[in-house]
Amino acid sequence: MGAYLFRRILYGILVLVGVNMITFGLFFFVNSPDDMARAQLGLKRVTPAAVEKWKVERGYDKPLFVNNAVQGFAKVNETIFYEKSIKLFAFEFGESDQGRNIGFDIANRMWPSLAVQLPAFMIGLPIYLSFALLMAFLRSTYVDIWGVLLCVLMMSISAMFYIIAGQYFFGKLWNLVPISGYDTGFDAIKFLALPILISVISGLGSNARWYRTIFLEEMSKDYVRTARAKGLPEHKVLFVHVLKNALIPILTGVVALIPMLFMGALITESFFGIPGLGSYTIDAITQQDFAIVRAMVFLGSVLYIIGLILTDISYTLVDPRVRLS
Amino acid sequence: MNYNHNDRKTISVKLFDMSPYFRILCVFCIVHLAACNGSVWNDPYPAGEGQENILYTSFSERPKHLDPVQSYSENEYAFIANIYQPPLQYHYLKRPYSLIAFGAEEVPQPIYRDTQGRMLPANAPTSQVAYSDYVIKIKKGLMYQPHPALAVDSLGKVKFHHLTAADIAAVRTLADFKETGSREVTAADYVHQIKRLAHPKLHSPVLQLMSAYIVGLSDLVSDLGKASKSSPDDQFVDLERYSIEGAQVIDRYTYVIRVHGKYPQFIYWLAMPFFSPVPPEADRFYGQAGLSKKNISLDWYPLGSGPYMLTVNNPNRKMILERNPHYSRETYPTEGMPGDQEAGLLRDAGVLLPLIDKVVFSLEKEQIPYWNKFLQGFYDASGIASDTFDQAVQSSGTGDVGLTANMLERGIHLQTALATSISYLGFNMLDPLIGVGERARLIRRAISIALDYEEYISIFRNGRGMSAHGPIPPGIFGYEAVGKSGINQYVYELVQGEPVRRDIQEAKRLLAEAGYPEGRDLKTGLPLLLNLDASATGADSKARMDWYVNQLSKLGIQLVIRSTDFNRLQDKLRRGTAQLYFLGWNGDYPDPENFLFLLYGPQSRVKNQGENASNYSNAEYDRLFNKMQHMANDHERQLIINRMLEILRYDAPWVWGFFPKEYTLHHAWVSNRQPNQMANNSLKYQRIDWRLRAKQRALWNQPLFGPLVILLALSVIAIIPAYITLRRREKRSAIDRGSQ
Repeated sequence: MGAYLFRRILYGILVLVGVNMITFGLFFFVNSPDDMARAQLGLKRVTPAAVEKWKVERGYDKPLFVNNAVQGFAKVNETIFYEKSIKLFAFEFGESDQGRNIGFDIANRMWPSLAVQLPAFMIGLPIYLSFALLMAFLRSTYVDIWGVLLCVLMMSISAMFYIIAGQYFFGKLWNLVPISGYDTGFDAIKFLALPILISVISGLGSNARWYRTIFLEEMSKDYVRTARAKGLPEHKVLFVHVLKNALIPILTGVVALIPMLFMGALITESFFGIPGLGSYTIDAITQQDFAIVRAMVFLGSVLYIIGLILTDISYTLVDPRVRLS
Repeated sequence: MNYNHNDRKTISVKLFDMSPYFRILCVFCIVHLAACNGSVWNDPYPAGEGQENILYTSFSERPKHLDPVQSYSENEYAFIANIYQPPLQYHYLKRPYSLIAFGAEEVPQPIYRDTQGRMLPANAPTSQVAYSDYVIKIKKGLMYQPHPALAVDSLGKVKFHHLTAADIAAVRTLADFKETGSREVTAADYVHQIKRLAHPKLHSPVLQLMSAYIVGLSDLVSDLGKASKSSPDDQFVDLERYSIEGAQVIDRYTYVIRVHGKYPQFIYWLAMPFFSPVPPEADRFYGQAGLSKKNISLDWYPLGSGPYMLTVNNPNRKMILERNPHYSRETYPTEGMPGDQEAGLLRDAGVLLPLIDKVVFSLEKEQIPYWNKFLQGFYDASGIASDTFDQAVQSSGTGDVGLTANMLERGIHLQTALATSISYLGFNMLDPLIGVGERARLIRRAISIALDYEEYISIFRNGRGMSAHGPIPPGIFGYEAVGKSGINQYVYELVQGEPVRRDIQEAKRLLAEAGYPEGRDLKTGLPLLLNLDASATGADSKARMDWYVNQLSKLGIQLVIRSTDFNRLQDKLRRGTAQLYFLGWNGDYPDPENFLFLLYGPQSRVKNQGENASNYSNAEYDRLFNKMQHMANDHERQLIINRMLEILRYDAPWVWGFFPKEYTLHHAWVSNRQPNQMANNSLKYQRIDWRLRAKQRALWNQPLFGPLVILLALSVIAIIPAYITLRRREKRSAIDRGSQ
């Protein structure tokens, strides 16, 4: 398993290098450092000298890949690629184009993202699984038919609709929770209740339907019939045997997402004014702060690769037949 | 079936055991009730805050800069204009906009000098004036806000200017420095800030402009640049070791700024944060290595002497301005405009400012939550977005606008004001088809008639705007009402004293005269095809672009929309490859020069990277501009401006577009609110009746539990049959179950 993990990590690094090259290409060929400077310096009275000064200060005046003006290793490390891309591998995110320390901001903003995403995940998953199991068990009954219909309906509705409707009903019409905002400590609960509820509800349709499909496939297997024949109560058949055996496909989707919980939700955070990493990314995109966008793309890739490795490990935990080699 | 009391207890306990979500709901309700502590459930602010003299407002984008030499945008000025104290400010109530003293004792008058330094009379010809001296006397007793950079120990030595690596490791935000200090503002602090304009690590957007005027500033830039190159990146640059010829301290409360030649507009710059006092201690404190890595810098934690200080700076969530405890010299204006007394705007005349203790800015990125929170009373004022316009405003049969019944019922007030800005469609005057020659001029004039901006304002701006007849907005000297010489007679004609857009047939005639009858080239028969570069994305933009295409199709012109992002558009403008484009300009100061320079030849974008994006050049216009820019606002200046406007209207380098009209709403508990397009420091004048606000909030935000109970009941009703079916299934035989 150790060798397997080592190999996966090496693959992961290769993937990161690829992602890094693509993002670097996108940001520096499509959008030149001059564009970045102008985006940051504003619209009025931006002179060529100011643009040049901005570039020099942030190291955007250097060559992209090879610096022929210097000798030795400096030919490589005094380049934009090294400064802005290679250093990301050491988690040195550097400064944003606006001059703020990105690592500091990420460390601060991941907690509000987690405060929404983690409870939504913890509450949502058992609900989705239970509802899917119920539909699978009562298949072809009105519960299943209406349940699937409800799922399809809920899948078809945009996440934005849930947010706006949630804010309208719970925040504006019934005055039960603040429409938007964020606070820390116990005061955070009143702000988080609605985004968590909406995150759970908006994920119900697609998740329950997907799990239902997995469970239906599993329930048609012989061991389920055997378990029933032996007289096991249905809830034990479902929650002990079917659920356990259906875990591999479920884990594929779920475990990979766990590290991504840090990254937050773009639209939810924006609408609810939650100062997480999702809104950090959105802000960076709208303000054309490409240093932040690059850092967030890299971080997202790292977390996703970690998620995939964790998924592999989790297979061995739920199914002893799986060997990582 | 028999069951006793104990059975019932068992059932209820089991139900409770079986419902973890129910338990979570109970905990939520208990915590919620505890957290609310008497306030309404949906109150987004901490409990008890509703009983304080606080103004609640919002921001949608975190400010990029709060350093007064770098900041130059409206959303940044919303904060720093209330924190810093430049020498001058705009009168809150008087119109046209006029400057009054702020940090200074009085508005300085320029002293003109010749090349030998000899004083010249005030009416000396521009050609004789080599320098203008602005001697500024500042008020005595102005004090900085409490700040750790100014903290001193019992021996009078600064406390936090020699931090060790361990000290810096222990702090996370500025608030971690528990001791603060203050001191009196001196003339040297104002001079220090002028030197900061040249700081090699700071990017002042006005450096180049000011270098052309302030004597010695460009030399200082050069000296500091050389020093910076020879020192490490994080080396503190001690500006006190440098001097600048054009900014000298005369005594503790007086300093002089010397500018080249005559530059009457310089006085307006003195009302901007670029010229606020900043103590050298601030640079020494923030310049310590390691603090910037924690985002502790003057760009993030301002240090000013204005009415407010930034006590919470979390632009991810909220920013809070609180009364500067050392600010106590300024009073509410005692004079205003006719009608201000009746409108209650002088009720606080002579009262010490600021009137509000605290201003809470909450991050609100989306319009819908912002609007709903305003209606709930959680924001004290609001603008009106297009989406919510119909909810708030209705037009009467006579064209007057008023509030809807729902707004009136809530006691909401509407205020409107024309912005000192212009939104226009420009032609690239270097383009051979629409820029160069008489034929191009006729095409431009035909397009100017065809683009019906009255219709545009009605459709896309809900009537919030005024079609422009030239580049100068109302409220700025040089603007003349349409009935006088203010009409653009090439696009409008006066009918019963009102401007009426010329008939489309006239535009067609002009186009035919240009060689394009019915929009087709007389020689080739090909349609006239024009390209409009616009950073237009989204559904709204699509409708707007379609409107432009349709307007020009009236002339037979084919308009191609080249949708592009803003960077590409700027690039095209710099290279002169755009044909038609949209831009806008928000005035820096209330002087016609600040608008007319947008078409001044030497400001050409292609040739000199200036602000004249159309690259318009007219020798007579440029000559008149040179003369006009140095003149006082008198009849002679007006005549020159009228001639300049006539040249522009004839040449039509822009389709003049419109002046936006701003609509704002505020609740009944807000008073002393007067739109002022120039003053960004208006928070200090506003007053809040927090008792009325607390009462109204409680009235408007009573929680409704009924719908929640119904929702829960419906869920239970939906679950019961499923539960019954489940039980029934469980009781069936395994064969039956498996066969389903």
